[in-house]
Amino acid sequence: MPEIKVTPLGAGQDVGRSCILVSIGGKNIMLDCGMHMGYNDDRRFPDFSYITQNGRLTDFLDCVIISHFHLDHCGALPYMSEMVGYDGPIYMTHPTKAICPILLEDFRKITVDKKGETNFFTSQMIKDCMKKVIPLNLHQTVQVDDELEIKAYYAGHVLGAAMVHIKVGSESVVYTGDYNMTPDRHLGAAWIDKCRPDILISESTYATTIRDSKRCRERDFLKKVHESIERGGKVLIPVFALGRAQELCILLETFWERMNLKAPIYFSTGLTEKANHYYKLFITWTNQKIRKTFVQRNMFEFKHIKAFDRSYADNPGPMVVFATPGMLHAGQSLQIFKKWAGNEKNMVNPFPEQRKLDVKMQVEYMSFSAHADAKGIMQLIRMAEPRNMLLVHGEAAKMEFLKGKIEQEFNCYMPANGETTSVITNPSVPVDMSLNLLKREMALGGPLPDPKKPRAMHGTLIMKENSLKLVSSEQALKELGLNEHQLRFTCRVQLQDPHSDSDTLHRIYTHLKSLLKDYTIQHLPDGTVMVESIVIKVSSSAEDANSKVLLLSWSYQDEDLGSYLSSLLKKGLPT
Amino acid sequence: MAAHLKKRVYEEFSRVVQIPHEEAPAKKLRLSKPSKSAALHIDLCKATNSTDALQYLLQFARKPVEVESVEGVIRILLEHYYKETDNSVRLKIASLLGLLSKTNGFSPDCVVDDVINTLGNEKSHQVLAQLLDTLLVVGTQLPESPAVRPRLVEVACKLLSDTYFGVRNKCLQLLGCLGMVDTPLRQLPFRDVQSIISNYFSDQDPRVRTAALKAMLQLHERGLKIHQIIYEQACRLLSDDYEQVRSAAVQIVWVLSQLYPESIVPIPSSNEEIRLVDDAFGKISHMVSDGSWMVRVQAAKTLGSMLQVSPHFLEQTLDKKLMSDLRRKRTAHERAKELFASGEFSSGRKWADDAPKEKLDTNTVNLIASGACGAFVHGLEDEMFEVRIAAVEALCQLARSSPSFAEKCLDFLVDMFNDEIEEVRLQSIHVLREISTHITLREDQLDTVLAVLEDSSRDIREALHELLCYTNVSTKECIQLALLDLLKNLNKYPTDRNSVWKCLKFLGSRHPTLVLPLVPELLSTHPYFDTPEPDMDDPAYIAVLVLVFNAAKSCPTMPALFSDHTFRHYAYLRDSLSHLVPPLRLPGRKQVYSLDSVDPGCGSGSVESAKLFLQQSLNRVSTIQNLETPGAQDLLNFTIRDLQRLGELQTELAGAADFCATYLRCQLLLMKALQEKLWNMAVPLCLKQNVTATAAAQQILEETYKLEFLYSGLESRQVATIHHVRLQAKALQLILTARTRPGSCEKFLQEIESFQRMFLTELPHLQDGFVDKLLELMPRLLSCKPVELVKILQSSLRQSGLLQLRLPEQIHRASATIIEPTGESDNPLRFTTGLVVALDIDATLEHVQEPQDKVKVQVLYPDGQSHVIHPKPADFRNPGPNRHRLITQVYLSHTAWTEPSQVEVRLLLAYSSSSSSPSSSIKSGWSDSIDGLPPAEAAVEGTIPFSKPVKVYIMPKPARR
Repeated sequence: MPEIKVTPLGAGQDVGRSCILVSIGGKNIMLDCGMHMGYNDDRRFPDFSYITQNGRLTDFLDCVIISHFHLDHCGALPYMSEMVGYDGPIYMTHPTKAICPILLEDFRKITVDKKGETNFFTSQMIKDCMKKVIPLNLHQTVQVDDELEIKAYYAGHVLGAAMVHIKVGSESVVYTGDYNMTPDRHLGAAWIDKCRPDILISESTYATTIRDSKRCRERDFLKKVHESIERGGKVLIPVFALGRAQELCILLETFWERMNLKAPIYFSTGLTEKANHYYKLFITWTNQKIRKTFVQRNMFEFKHIKAFDRSYADNPGPMVVFATPGMLHAGQSLQIFKKWAGNEKNMVNPFPEQRKLDVKMQVEYMSFSAHADAKGIMQLIRMAEPRNMLLVHGEAAKMEFLKGKIEQEFNCYMPANGETTSVITNPSVPVDMSLNLLKREMALGGPLPDPKKPRAMHGTLIMKENSLKLVSSEQALKELGLNEHQLRFTCRVQLQDPHSDSDTLHRIYTHLKSLLKDYTIQHLPDGTVMVESIVIKVSSSAEDANSKVLLLSWSYQDEDLGSYLSSLLKKGLPT
Repeated sequence: MAAHLKKRVYEEFSRVVQIPHEEAPAKKLRLSKPSKSAALHIDLCKATNSTDALQYLLQFARKPVEVESVEGVIRILLEHYYKETDNSVRLKIASLLGLLSKTNGFSPDCVVDDVINTLGNEKSHQVLAQLLDTLLVVGTQLPESPAVRPRLVEVACKLLSDTYFGVRNKCLQLLGCLGMVDTPLRQLPFRDVQSIISNYFSDQDPRVRTAALKAMLQLHERGLKIHQIIYEQACRLLSDDYEQVRSAAVQIVWVLSQLYPESIVPIPSSNEEIRLVDDAFGKISHMVSDGSWMVRVQAAKTLGSMLQVSPHFLEQTLDKKLMSDLRRKRTAHERAKELFASGEFSSGRKWADDAPKEKLDTNTVNLIASGACGAFVHGLEDEMFEVRIAAVEALCQLARSSPSFAEKCLDFLVDMFNDEIEEVRLQSIHVLREISTHITLREDQLDTVLAVLEDSSRDIREALHELLCYTNVSTKECIQLALLDLLKNLNKYPTDRNSVWKCLKFLGSRHPTLVLPLVPELLSTHPYFDTPEPDMDDPAYIAVLVLVFNAAKSCPTMPALFSDHTFRHYAYLRDSLSHLVPPLRLPGRKQVYSLDSVDPGCGSGSVESAKLFLQQSLNRVSTIQNLETPGAQDLLNFTIRDLQRLGELQTELAGAADFCATYLRCQLLLMKALQEKLWNMAVPLCLKQNVTATAAAQQILEETYKLEFLYSGLESRQVATIHHVRLQAKALQLILTARTRPGSCEKFLQEIESFQRMFLTELPHLQDGFVDKLLELMPRLLSCKPVELVKILQSSLRQSGLLQLRLPEQIHRASATIIEPTGESDNPLRFTTGLVVALDIDATLEHVQEPQDKVKVQVLYPDGQSHVIHPKPADFRNPGPNRHRLITQVYLSHTAWTEPSQVEVRLLLAYSSSSSSPSSSIKSGWSDSIDGLPPAEAAVEGTIPFSKPVKVYIMPKPARR
């Protein structure tokens, strides 16, 4: 039986270092190649030795697909392609391809330059790796080789995030990456068509959460910031570099515009600035509002948001500052936090830090997360209608719950790292059918449409050079240069009947006529009765004039009717 | 020089002399057109190949065909159809047949037989589909024909088994348009049209499935009752793969839910049963999270009209059943409510108050079949603003019929005030206003609403002011909060002044008891000390006073809290802003406006009495027998004065009173013009009187146009009366000018005729009138000479009586007020000559129909130049019934002036007599057939100024070189 095998190398019952191997129809595909934020040792990267102990991976993988630019989905890519060794195609969307190297470079700098690690990939390796990348467009079907094709769908989450539909023959798998079913201020919602894949591999970060409407959160956030600004306070918003930061920027920018506010908004420089540049370019990947208005004004060309300089922190008057890192544990955000913490007018959002510091400023916690919640996951399942479900990128306990829910309808798996799940598929075998035959069979159908009902038909299946063809038997004979052979069944039926031969025949004729109303029955002058194409003859036996021998003859196409007639006649004629 | 002279000479010679040739009779040309069918036949025969034939047919299709020749053309076409071998040509012919069958006045019965015959022999599926389309056209032309209908239905049933989807589509369309539900078909005795159509709900082609659903909807639209049996099938189609099928299925499910709301359907996989409307509601709610946004819009819209749904299901749509880590979580809305209830609203939020509470049983969480759960939460959060708007509108409709739901959806609507698209924000504000009768805002909700007052969009702010006018609040803190925010708004956007004042007026009069405790604080009075008198011109102070005075109207104890200067300010504001400040009973003050201070309790009574008075005055006037009765003039004078005063006092009757007064003024003018004693004198001697009479006639004409176009709600009887007066004025004109202007007599006679034609039904009401007399004398008039005619007119004008004016139910005068510019500014608007300056204009229009076409802005420069500017249609907003708002910019420009001066800006109402005359529709009907006949009455176009002019100080400076 054909089967699809899925093995997570990372992100199996876990969040981080997403890396999933899929074998489908003889093809091996790696989905995502991420790193784990929590580890600094070998566990940081997926265990590629699972694929092969020694040597390069090129021979074992047909392609690698990266869903989006977050490091837990692409962080191990240079390591895999350059240090382990992989020369095959790597697929990602255009925005991912643009932004991914910036993040990888930043990651490399922190690890090598700040932490002083050795044996890490270099800038050159990142560049070499990116050369192997083939960009994808949304809804574009890319033929990786003759049999394997992939297609990207919009996933929300971050700019350029995509879900991929992988198809070999009639078997298919959808990998969602990270996705978001509720639109936000700069991105739309994930969407997929009803592709009915064999397996849907979905993230499940929020498997046990149903979130409140985004509007309340936004409103709260804006209200708090606005109040603080009106009091003359300063607002610090620690953010991770990419994704959410842009959403909050758009949110504040439009609010400032609407409310005619004048207080400055600052954005700490660095990689965000570079990334912003790409956000401006990839307008088609953003939400309806931004796409529709960018002709007048590109929303990412902020009017109120300016680059931050260290000295601005001491400026008097209200201001809003976005600063990295989001955890408030180091760097700029911590510096500013220390500076402003003493004043109760000020506000920080979102992560509080327990430290010996006289914190007078207000601390607000707000979560703007862009993963699908339990309802969102179910919504995607309804959209795609998969046959099986496989959960990754989430905590085991939470997955259990969702798995239980999904299993009410169909199979659901949640393999751990290194554990293989195989799903038996039932691929359909496509056969070319000749048009004439099809039309003939269609004409035979009933008057009412009934597309779901399987139908039996006569035809000849020709298997030739890896292709299957269904044609009518005449055509098959012609094509193969064979002569047609008639196959006829003949059968004798003994009958006790005192009448003469011709009378008997006539009685048979009337008898059949009365029974088989829908068939054409003829009494031919040469002493035969024809029921459709079945011939019935009567002859008296030599010994006994009363016992007649009926001769029935039919071709094998009329087997049903012929055998019915013979059994009918064996019962004798009515007196 | 020589050349110059030569040119001059040529100019002299080549001067064109214009000879008036009005006299020349209009020559009429009647073209006898060659038969269309013959021409077509020749063309088609000429065609050697199919491309040529197609070309000819295309050309032919561009020109209309007269009714008489349709039949012939169809014969020719059919003849060619039988001969033609090319599919595309046959297809075109088939489509032409359909087109021709639509010709007005042609009865397409005869086509049916031919087309049905050709159907039998046609091999091409496309042509078949086109032929069926032709039959569809014929069938819709003859909806009631008993012979054609069953035949067409029969044909459609026969061809339903075709393999081509287009043919099946058309068959289903035919069935939908013509099939009857209750009469079983002849050849299929046990099956009616409905079950045949529903069989195709499961066709293999999505287009056919859609067509089947649409055909079913068509049956419903035709008023046939759809059976409930198809409900289950339709529900299955809600999960079809194709969006157009799902969209149509949503409609069918909705239709069924409206037809059989109370019937019971089983819930699959359980033994329970629910009402059909609830079930359908759940299923359509589910579609709000469909993959296709078209379906989502459809579903959201549909939900709004399912008013019979049980409250239980309705309330589910707003509940998403939040959880976090399998613990139940409360929504932000619930938390806000609790926080408010616990009295901690002002202290802000508590830390981690959104922490999840009790643990949920995993079995009770329902993720898969969520039904109506959270449908609106999803809809309002949708990616596409079209869906969000549809959801907001649906919420509005549902909330209007269910107060408890209105209360619940309040939070969600308020959240929508923060949407990223302005249209959605505006819509949700409007919706909240519409349901505001059902709700009372909590303080925290009000706080969120008020935050939007700072929005930079004027439309949003004004919508919000409008909303606040209708809002109920619960506490005095709310009033204070609203006032503070409105003052902040006023400070930030001073142009909102009027809107803010108006808003406070309603806020005050709605919540007198809540304002009362705030009064000392608002007016900053102190029990012991005198506080300084506030600046009377401060808009913020005026705003506070408007709030207080309006509250004081129904709270008699309040004036006791006022200080001296408040009373003085009251008197001032009552005069200057009388529309915002109500009359108050103040202790120790004389009632200046006795009529106004009638308390609202007997307000309706006073309207009644005013109506009675109006009627009496009119009756009194009607006693005047003819225009020469002595004392008639005085009576008219007094009545006009009375009516004018009445209009000022009783705003409800202002339109009617004004209308009557103007009408009477016309009569008075006419009377004066005729009463000149000098009419008997020889003509050359009465030149002076002639001048006054001419002026009077002109003025009456103008007034009649005002009467006709400035007032809305006129019935044809009043229009006839107005036209009658106009005719009188024209007669007067004719008497004065008949001698000098030949041809005017004929014109006048034509006018009488057209009057007769237009108001044929009204003539009985015009007995004893001027027209009545004229019509009697018509045969004589037609034959007599101008001199005689003038004499007749003169006598009949004098003898004819005054027509009594019958008032219609409702009559309103169109009016406009320019709010901006105010005309108070002393600073001239400076700009460089040759360049333009934009002047913002903000005006309210009342009782103007289709202002987009009619209202114009006129700018009058001091040198007499005037410009008329037509504002863009988008500049008009419609904030309420019969109310429009014009916010536009006009561009001014002029050559340099030595010192600043004023230009006048006013609004004009454009009219055209042809557009409003009641017979216009008929006229356009036959003007096509009887071409060449000039319209009986030349359309008179003009404008009526209907707003007070506003002066704007401008100064064009000379350009610096």
